[in-house]
Amino acid sequence: MKQRDFLIVGGGVVGMAVAYGLARAGQGVTVLDESDDALRASRGNAGLVWVQGKGVGMPRYAELSLESAKAWADFAGELTERTGIELEYEQRGGVDLCLDAEEARSRQADYAELQNASRYMAANFRWEYLDREALTSCLPGLGETIPGGTWSPHDGQCNPLYLLRALYAASRALGVETRPATPVERLEATAGGFRATTPQGQFTAERVILAAGLGARQLASGLGLTAAVRPVRGQVLVTERRPPGGRLPTPQIRQTASGGYLIGDTHEDAGLDKGVTLAMMQSLAEKAVRIYPDLEAARLVRSWGALRVMTPDGHPLYETSTTHPGAYNLNCHSGITLAAFHAEGLAEAIRDDRLEQSFPHFSGARLHVSAS
Amino acid sequence: MFQRLDTAATPTRHVQVWLDGEPHRVAETLTVAAAVLQLRGWQGYRRHVDGTPRAPLCMMGVCQECLITIDGCANRQGCLEPVAEGMRIERQGGDIHDG
Repeated sequence: MKQRDFLIVGGGVVGMAVAYGLARAGQGVTVLDESDDALRASRGNAGLVWVQGKGVGMPRYAELSLESAKAWADFAGELTERTGIELEYEQRGGVDLCLDAEEARSRQADYAELQNASRYMAANFRWEYLDREALTSCLPGLGETIPGGTWSPHDGQCNPLYLLRALYAASRALGVETRPATPVERLEATAGGFRATTPQGQFTAERVILAAGLGARQLASGLGLTAAVRPVRGQVLVTERRPPGGRLPTPQIRQTASGGYLIGDTHEDAGLDKGVTLAMMQSLAEKAVRIYPDLEAARLVRSWGALRVMTPDGHPLYETSTTHPGAYNLNCHSGITLAAFHAEGLAEAIRDDRLEQSFPHFSGARLHVSAS
Repeated sequence: MFQRLDTAATPTRHVQVWLDGEPHRVAETLTVAAAVLQLRGWQGYRRHVDGTPRAPLCMMGVCQECLITIDGCANRQGCLEPVAEGMRIERQGGDIHDG
């Protein structure tokens, strides 16, 4: 088999954004993905394109999120132009609600600290704390007991499933070979590159990118890459379709383009269990009704759990192997927001093999205490 | 049009339901979706909010295509609700709340 430029292990939104970016830059790419019983964080998330709250404690991550959010409109436009798939993307601003006074205080302190730490964020990150009364114009019908929230014009939403579908369609049109149901069992270096062993045979390429989410735990260390990622479960409820509420999205709840409300911002350590629990669903439903009392009569049509992919410090990992040059590891839990960046700046840095130079803050070095 | 199999026609009791305002007698073993399919067929079962016609597909609670108004409550899953004496069933014609 002719050797490709890149093997990408993982066909989620991170792997496919990079595949799309590399293919656009003329690279030959093969993507190896698992089957539908894989954990698939890309298919369980809420679809926020979101800047608020990102990178508190790591300003460079906040900057990257803001840059990516700013690039999203062009990114979405180009994908739609290439594929005809509408991503239901909109950026009309968003609100991160504060459910009590303490949350309102600490949120504002966090954002002020972030802007102190980053000149870019100080100049470009626009946000404002709005009390309940001020919020009612952008969140009509907001419940009486919500004290306020932080509003930012950079925040928005998309349909993450359409995003993934568009990335596949655009990538294939650019010559990317995508292989579903081809789980990688082993990755190893060869004389001229890398080889992946799968039940469907072996695949080789000059370079390899691990975008395997939680799969990094099995595959990363053999190539000198970071395997330390852990699952954080989120549970989601969806209501029946409701009349358009004219409400800005929030991380707690948003109305999708088709009318249903997506409810869910839970964080649990549940191992690899993707299920839902009655207790968590009840607390989500209670919170949703507290936020929008008119949802009390709404019927729920679906619920699911999904596993976020968390690095040890929660920030993205863009890593180049020092022991196996040409092997890279990408891992993050905000693959939707960062998709525009992954397809552009990140893919270019990988193509030019300057990941560590361009994005040193995100290398694996920060996570390692000296082991030897 | 749907018909009950003869072999399924073991003696059952019937209940009276109201479908779009008209009274009908149906076997009490039916679900709302099955009763509507038997009485009226699949055409006209439901209109999606975007205007396209829909009808029950899975009949086991998964596809959400059988949504129907039961006793004034919209968007109930017709395939999961047994009929009951006096039940008022209304097909949804694409109102804004229609799923």
